[in-house]
Amino acid sequence: MKMTLIETKTLGAAAASIEFTSIPQDFTDLIVLCSLRSTNTFGVGGVTWFDVLLSVNSNTGNLSNRILAGSGAAVSSGSGSGEFVIRVSDSATTANTFANSSLYFPNYAGATAKSISLDNVSETNATNARQEIAAGLWNDTTAISSLAFSPSSGNLAIGSTISLYGVLKGTDGIVTTSP
Amino acid sequence: MTDTPTKVIVNCATGESTTVPLTEAELEQREIDRLAWEAQEAERKAAEEEKENLKASANAKLLALGLTEAEVNALTA
Repeated sequence: MKMTLIETKTLGAAAASIEFTSIPQDFTDLIVLCSLRSTNTFGVGGVTWFDVLLSVNSNTGNLSNRILAGSGAAVSSGSGSGEFVIRVSDSATTANTFANSSLYFPNYAGATAKSISLDNVSETNATNARQEIAAGLWNDTTAISSLAFSPSSGNLAIGSTISLYGVLKGTDGIVTTSP
Repeated sequence: MTDTPTKVIVNCATGESTTVPLTEAELEQREIDRLAWEAQEAERKAAEEEKENLKASANAKLLALGLTEAEVNALTA
């Protein structure tokens, strides 16, 4: 396996969305590593995370998800459709802390529906932070050419960073990957 | 200087990064997303509170039956 950084973006000013466009189609899989913080706070019931919505090829409607989560106070599971959500540290969390998230998109350039794996932890120096793993589906056979990450309101804070990597499968006896 | 939220677009083909204001359609979608999220989180919180209340009620009933706090904790932990 070979992992190549395609692009990385760190916000120098708060912004409502980070979008990667014209994603090259010559990798096997994609990995997205996120370090995100919201400028908003929900402020209800001790919730200290905020939703960042994934958009694939400018589309959220064909997305669905199943989630296992822990909040420090409770565990939960669930499923949803019409969205795929990353829950990041909100502005009420410890200053200058960021959620970290990893997303994997296997066979992103193929002509089948696309699965998504998420491993995510919000961050705060308190008990009520969010940890979750999620499986997602983008039920569309179009190759993924753009990915956008947008909080449901407010902005991504200064310093928020998203890095997009391409993964090339390794030598399997048939396909050889150049170093 | 504008109050309109912006988005950062990173073109992976050119490496160019641009910042543009959100369109009206994007702003409308954000408002829909915000309302949906608030409703969902309020529902989640209510469910958690109900579960905690039931747990406290069950513990109180067990204590009233004569179990010690250690025994109740052993049962419910």
